[in-house]
Amino acid sequence: MSAVVTAVGIMTGLGLFFASVLAVAYRFLRVEEDPRYETVMELLPGTNCGACGEPGCGAFANQLLADSVEPGDCTVSSAGDRAEIAEFLGVDVGGGDARVARLRCGGAEGLVGRLAAYKGRGSCRAAAVVDGGGRACPWGCLGLGDCEDACDFDAIVMGADGLPHVIPEACVACSDCSDVCPLDLFVVEPVEQRLFVQCASPLEGSDARALCAVACDACGRCALDGPGESVRMVGGLPVIDWQGPDEPTVEATFRCPTGAIVWLEGAQFVVPEEDWEFEGRRRA
Amino acid sequence: MISLAGLRARARTFRQGIHPPEHKAPTAGLPIERAPFVDEYVLPLGQHIGAPSVAVVQPGDDVRRGDKLADPGGFVSVALHAPVAGRVTAIELRLHPSGRMVPSIVLRRDPWSSQQLAGEPTDPGTLDRDEALRLIQHGGLVGLGGAAFPSHVKLAVPEGKVVDEVVINGCECEPYLTCDHRVMVEEPAAVVRGTEILRLLLGGKRSWIGVELNKPDAIETLKTVAPSTVEVVGVEVKYPQGAEKMLLVALFGKEVPAGGLPLDLGILTNNVGTTAAIADLFDRGLPLVERVVTVTGAGVEYPRNLRVPIGTPVRTILEHCGLRPEADRVILGGPMMGAPQKSLDVPVLKGTSGLLCLPGAPEPTEFPCIRCARCVRACPMFLNPARLARLVRAERPDEAAEHHLMSCFECGSCSYVCPSGIPLVQWMRVGKQTLRAEAARAKAKAAAEAADAP
Repeated sequence: MSAVVTAVGIMTGLGLFFASVLAVAYRFLRVEEDPRYETVMELLPGTNCGACGEPGCGAFANQLLADSVEPGDCTVSSAGDRAEIAEFLGVDVGGGDARVARLRCGGAEGLVGRLAAYKGRGSCRAAAVVDGGGRACPWGCLGLGDCEDACDFDAIVMGADGLPHVIPEACVACSDCSDVCPLDLFVVEPVEQRLFVQCASPLEGSDARALCAVACDACGRCALDGPGESVRMVGGLPVIDWQGPDEPTVEATFRCPTGAIVWLEGAQFVVPEEDWEFEGRRRA
Repeated sequence: MISLAGLRARARTFRQGIHPPEHKAPTAGLPIERAPFVDEYVLPLGQHIGAPSVAVVQPGDDVRRGDKLADPGGFVSVALHAPVAGRVTAIELRLHPSGRMVPSIVLRRDPWSSQQLAGEPTDPGTLDRDEALRLIQHGGLVGLGGAAFPSHVKLAVPEGKVVDEVVINGCECEPYLTCDHRVMVEEPAAVVRGTEILRLLLGGKRSWIGVELNKPDAIETLKTVAPSTVEVVGVEVKYPQGAEKMLLVALFGKEVPAGGLPLDLGILTNNVGTTAAIADLFDRGLPLVERVVTVTGAGVEYPRNLRVPIGTPVRTILEHCGLRPEADRVILGGPMMGAPQKSLDVPVLKGTSGLLCLPGAPEPTEFPCIRCARCVRACPMFLNPARLARLVRAERPDEAAEHHLMSCFECGSCSYVCPSGIPLVQWMRVGKQTLRAEAARAKAKAAAEAADAP
């Protein structure tokens, strides 16, 4: 009987002792946390994608509370969530333009030449170390889908044309695809910059067209047609100047013989796969 | 039958490694022939490790055989010479065996030229070391074993390091290849002479020529011409015995420290082909304009050892050797470390030791790793390839680097033994490439920040 009493007594004593330690710790060691932190964290997406430049959502929330970033810098959360955060914190939504990943290659299967069959491991990075895969164009997309695997937001789908299709609505501009691409073909650009060069080959003339039907052959028509100096030819490819005095317009695409320079309204490759060949040569 | 007496009873070698079938018989006994001249030669400016060469000719220039086409583009870079007399038709982007398109000098052969190659001999004794290194750099010499590392950089021993031993690597452990073998059998005097030039240049005490025991004729021939300072040693037939680190373990029982060079042990290593080319450069004044290439495999009718002018298109050589219709894969180099090609319109480079033409193979199938550790037992660098490949695949290259990924020299023994058919060495290469790219990015960033700072 006495053993039970002793045991209960000891446990109660221990419990009271640790409770007092916790009480003291709560009183003297407590960390002051901004009461708004919890609410902001709830409104942030919680994906820790890093697209904002911070290591994760928690760090971004702290920066928000410190007023060193704007709610709009989070490209992942919805417009509604961003407005709610801005309203809650009493700041402007701010942030840059919506941005999206784009592929600097339009070399769909059948349009770009194929020299050999690559039978090894189905990964772009692995193929890139074996003679750069089997496609004729050494600058073009390998089409083995490392970007699709790298995308945490299911914003990239490998199409039947062998190219990664970026879904603009799902893309959060986190740059994971451009980090993983061994040929560095993805660029993340503001959606509003609609003129885009869909080729990375520096070759010119028939040399370029010999490798790929939709290659930029550096004819320079886009540079002539674009207003002012908005499009220039540099190293066999057009370079679009968005900062200059002249706003690039759709006119730069009108006389492109291969369709390498495009005006993007929405997705980059919206064409149904079965119509790809026809549509790709639409302006020929 | 050549006697093996006099060789060590128990052959020297390293630990681990593999024993792939040799396949050397079709070409081992064939004397070196000259490849026919073709109409057009393509000379990429980047044929070696390091900075690309800088062209000194213009399209339209006429050049003689052996004339300089390009100067070194830096210290880790070498000159490039005309492999034939002819006219420079263009300097443009051409397909390189790496799969990229790189600036190349295109040379059209003068069909009426006698294609004579002549030069002034230089006595290495009259040159100081810097002059000799300059001569080697401007002679266009790179390691002919496959890596194409500029020879003069290897010979530029840094302050405070001493070279005691010169080791010439005649192992040729890659299956199929016999070009080094034939050089040793047919030009033993040049090999030994080059060895002596290197030793005198660096002030070494002794020289060694390591040859795998499957080339007894080469060992015998070299021994008959070798002076007392040059020791010809047979080493066990095992892959990758020809890796310089493995050869040093076999010869001296010494391991090169991780991340280090044989120079850290006071040893200089060089390939036999390079050594013979060094002798040609000093004694005959000939720059590197041609090399011996083994053309072999079941995909060609007539396997051969050919002396090929640098820049000859692979297609013409394969046609000369009777390309069979069943040929499906062409590999530049050996089957273990060579580079498969997507196009035959690439030129033979200074580092091309073989053209291996193989018939079709079944589609590779990959199964999950069963943790059998055969790759661990095969790896000559005592790495854990399965673990490294898993880390690279999971995009954790930093962790792989902690497990010494950068010590891997891509011999392919792990892929060869893997019963699950996992392309382990391919993952190693991906990981190494990622780490190098990251290092380059970090360096560029640091440079940009340094430029921004006042």
